[in-house]
Amino acid sequence: MHLDHTHPHTDRHDGPSGVSADAHRPDGTRRALRIGLGGPVGSGKTATVAALCRALRAELSLAVVTNDIYTREDADFLLREAVLPAERITAVETGACPHTAIRDDISANLEAVEDLEDEVGPLDLVLVESGGDNLTATFSRGLVDAQIFVIDVAGGDDIPRKGGPGVTTADLLVVNKTDLAPHVGSDLARMAADAKAQRAGLPVVFQSLRSEDGVSAVAAWVRGQLAAWTA
Amino acid sequence: MTRAALLVLADGRFPAGGHAHSGGAEAAVKAGRITGASGAAGLEEFCQGRLHTAGLVSAGLAAAAALGADPVELDGAADARTPSAALRVAARKLGRQLMRAARATWPSGELDALAREFPKGAHQPVVLGLAARAAGLGAEDAAYCSVYECVSGPATATVRLLSLDPFEATGVLARLAPEMDVVVRRAVEAGRRCVDEGVDALPAGSAPLLEISAEVHAGWPVRLFAS
Repeated sequence: MHLDHTHPHTDRHDGPSGVSADAHRPDGTRRALRIGLGGPVGSGKTATVAALCRALRAELSLAVVTNDIYTREDADFLLREAVLPAERITAVETGACPHTAIRDDISANLEAVEDLEDEVGPLDLVLVESGGDNLTATFSRGLVDAQIFVIDVAGGDDIPRKGGPGVTTADLLVVNKTDLAPHVGSDLARMAADAKAQRAGLPVVFQSLRSEDGVSAVAAWVRGQLAAWTA
Repeated sequence: MTRAALLVLADGRFPAGGHAHSGGAEAAVKAGRITGASGAAGLEEFCQGRLHTAGLVSAGLAAAAALGADPVELDGAADARTPSAALRVAARKLGRQLMRAARATWPSGELDALAREFPKGAHQPVVLGLAARAAGLGAEDAAYCSVYECVSGPATATVRLLSLDPFEATGVLARLAPEMDVVVRRAVEAGRRCVDEGVDALPAGSAPLLEISAEVHAGWPVRLFAS
């Protein structure tokens, strides 16, 4: 990495197109915490992002980057729901490969995050939502500081048992739509036991966004991450 | 120069944002101008057209930048040779992404200076030429990278868009290799003249249909690729 010694506050890179995971911005201030949300299509990533924005926007300066696969659907949903002002939501185009844009070639997402910090900052938190993908999709540590993997009970209660990098390594596993479990015959106790066995002590949250304050456990986890980041 | 450094820069997995762009192939597929690997509406003919127009222009810019021509002047020359606003935006976006990857990979004062000059991105071929310099590569290497990605981008995209047989798509690239050699030679020659005579010596070929369809593509509400 190029070291620049002209800034008294930092030995980090000097340009807006600097490298990636540095904790400081070019002006020496600490950048926003970045949390990634990934998971299969339809599991409730965008709904979770929307609920997190509503829960946290009064106490934090927030922005969202979406990675739609072929449209602006997710960004448009967030705009329609008015969870944040439009200038705080950016959509990245991923060329039919959502996992590439969050893991193998993160440059477009990094630019989106940095532009948001430049244009509407200072920010406390940026949520980076992946396009719906498969069970192997994880975020690069060069892009996000922590990642949430969102699955749902209707996608099959054997997903925690099947594992895969998202389920086993995400900093938080969210099992969404628990209200549907009786209707689709999913066994929540089995999902919890399988997730526990797969995740070596990493946390799991079961949530239903149909209930009031359904996102509160995930919001509390995000607050904990932010406290650790700013400590 | 090290041949291995050339492979690093030319690798399709070099993280510089190219995967999200089709080089005009998405618009051409939708319009029925690419329907298969070869023949009248073939990927091969599409790539050939691209190679001798946009490809030659990009490679000339990359070669000139690698030879040490003023990158700010080259950026202006690239603007003048890109009528479509959508394509200028795409070229700067890709230039910014390549800049990040190149600075992380081959730290260089010249790259830093260009990044300061164009915080939102210079034209991609100009950045590519400077990246080649930073990697210890020459004008010919930069031109080869530029020419190859000008055809490999549409080929990869067409595999995704048409479910084209990937072996056929790779065969197209291999068959175009001798023509790529020719375009590289012309580009390097133009790059050398540019250093002596200024940017007017650079090629200014254009493919009007690529420019027009890029404008149309940018307005689509639903698309797989950014350009």
